[in-house]
Amino acid sequence: MAKLNLLQAINQALITAMTEDQKVVVFGEDVGHFGGVFRATSHLQEKFGKARCFNTPLTEQGIIGFANGLAAQGSVPVAEIQFGDYIFPAFDQIVNETAKFRYRSGGQFSCGSLTIRTPYGGGIAGGHYHSQSPEAFFSHIPGLKVVVPRDPYQAKGLLLGAIRDDNPVLFMEPKRLYRASVCEVPQEDYSIGLGKAEVIQEGNDITLLAWGAQVEIIQKAAAMALEDGVSCEIIDLRSILPWDAHTVAESVMKTGRLLINHEAPVTSGFGSEIAAHIQEQCFLYLEAPVTRVCGLDTPYPLAHEKEYMPDEYKTYEALKRMLNY
Amino acid sequence: MNDRNHLGNVSVTHEVRIIENGLLDIPMLAILDADGTVYPQAKEPEINQQLAIKMYHTMLYTRMLDERMVAAQRQGRISFYLASTGEEAAVVGSAAALSADDMIMSQYREQGALAFRGYTSAQFMNQMFSNRLDPNKGRQMPIHYGDKALNFMTISSPLGTQIPQAAGYAYGQKLAGNDALTICYFGEGAASEGDFHAGLNMAAVLDCPVIFFCRNNGYAISTPAEEQFAGDGIASRGIGYGVRTIRVDGNDPLAVYSATVKARELALSASQPVLIEAMTYRLAAHSTSDDPSGYRSKKEEEKWRLKDPLERFKVWLLNKGWLKKEDTENYLKEVRSDILTALKAAEKVPVNPISDIVEDVYSEVPWHLKAQREALLEHIKRYPDKYPKTAGEVGK
Repeated sequence: MAKLNLLQAINQALITAMTEDQKVVVFGEDVGHFGGVFRATSHLQEKFGKARCFNTPLTEQGIIGFANGLAAQGSVPVAEIQFGDYIFPAFDQIVNETAKFRYRSGGQFSCGSLTIRTPYGGGIAGGHYHSQSPEAFFSHIPGLKVVVPRDPYQAKGLLLGAIRDDNPVLFMEPKRLYRASVCEVPQEDYSIGLGKAEVIQEGNDITLLAWGAQVEIIQKAAAMALEDGVSCEIIDLRSILPWDAHTVAESVMKTGRLLINHEAPVTSGFGSEIAAHIQEQCFLYLEAPVTRVCGLDTPYPLAHEKEYMPDEYKTYEALKRMLNY
Repeated sequence: MNDRNHLGNVSVTHEVRIIENGLLDIPMLAILDADGTVYPQAKEPEINQQLAIKMYHTMLYTRMLDERMVAAQRQGRISFYLASTGEEAAVVGSAAALSADDMIMSQYREQGALAFRGYTSAQFMNQMFSNRLDPNKGRQMPIHYGDKALNFMTISSPLGTQIPQAAGYAYGQKLAGNDALTICYFGEGAASEGDFHAGLNMAAVLDCPVIFFCRNNGYAISTPAEEQFAGDGIASRGIGYGVRTIRVDGNDPLAVYSATVKARELALSASQPVLIEAMTYRLAAHSTSDDPSGYRSKKEEEKWRLKDPLERFKVWLLNKGWLKKEDTENYLKEVRSDILTALKAAEKVPVNPISDIVEDVYSEVPWHLKAQREALLEHIKRYPDKYPKTAGEVGK
């Protein structure tokens, strides 16, 4: 098994999908010959030709509108939005078209074959417009699936899962991990089904929940807590919509405590939905209030990026407060 | 890698000269005059009697359907309707030039294209009454038709979203090697949406076999064209995007048909988009929720009534000896009764079962929607008199 970084894992997943199915078409800004600004689509145009991997004009609404039509026609589009921060011109196409195609036509037409890839998140000195985590906006759109991988192994399996899933998927890639996260990734084909969280460490005292790049933050906080003799259960949510409430609730019923960590601003972040649901399901099991450790309700800052981030120290502090509640 | 030169086609001048609007002359193709005679310099399209009569009948049908359904809305039988009166030639003339394999992505005023493809009165009515025979399963407002078998994409209300989608659909047709293209209808108002610009540019750059068909009917609800754009209509934009473009008299079925035949041939053979701007007039209100007397004069409407596409087409057909007056009368009688029978039948058909409310959101019903459905059914059971349409299904 080779060690790959997250970009290489995505590239390998795209090669697998394009080799397996002639109908898979990859496109976006700078995605063609150049291979994307992060190189996730490197050499795809060489391998599969310009008709199946190409540049588009600089128009996010055009890219997703085009992708919707292509999906409805029966092709399998994998559209790239260069940064999650720039997805908003395509919001109408995603909310009103991608996600409603199947429902509004009574299942006659759908955009089920569509996957939208986009890098998201901070920690790369990208300021307001190269750092946002907009997953909560997309968690409010019935008909769409939203998926976030935490490492290269997950990225390959979940991206193949997303491309093969018969529903439109927004696949959000933690760009801070693009080159930083490296792990063993099987060369062979595998896919991970969507909608399932993963318990990546079992524990008894508290459940720590995150997704994407923040999973390694809660892992670090758990290691700090272990020194104090605290046993943390760690869950990677993986799918934001639909999300695996069952796995989370089961864990909380065991530990009695839930800490949610996400990079996006705390107010109306996806943590709010999880907190509401878990208090409904696990009210009598809770030993402490469900706690969120998240980004501030500010635009994503540049000079104070480190202070803004819901890092392992903030997580560790919150965790201690919960245990002493 | 080849060296590029983006100045390659740019000529040089030494004079300070700002290019003014209106330098480009985009004429309007006209074949059939408003009086039903062919302009002396014009060439009639190759069209046989059978097709011409089918076009005329479809236009008549559409007008009858519109009249009947506006009345049905006034009577409170359906919630909403949107007539295409005055624009029948633009829609039917273009639809007649297509192959049945071509995908139609319409805006919402293209019932004529659907009728031309063979959509029956019963199908129109089932959609408008949102009953369980509606293929959309009663999920959309009246007139949001869609029919996979007829290659007619289900309509959505947001304006212009279908324009970049049409580029994508056409790209897929090309990739699959289909001998078919996509036609995309929209109005001059929708052409102000970002999706118009995105879609035309994508189609031009990515060589998509798509016909963009703009019905320039002078109004976007109440907003007149001169408050919508300052340039030379929509056609000039096509040229700006490098899209082959033609402007036609949208009330002239022969001009629309000729232009669309040519556009189709070009779009398929060159794998390129073509833009058609059909100059027409919305004689109808925007919808049954609109009253045009607030924003335009009767006199203006009268002027356009004289250019009625049905009248001129009828005269042309009569002169050709392809149509007899009594044929039309008989056809109208038949259509009237067909529409009325379908209407009466459709309003008696119940809506889809309530359990369907969570179907088709995803390919399979996920856990949270199952739970929400269960809770809803329990609730309806408790308050059956508050939900009379569905209480009968859920039992006690």
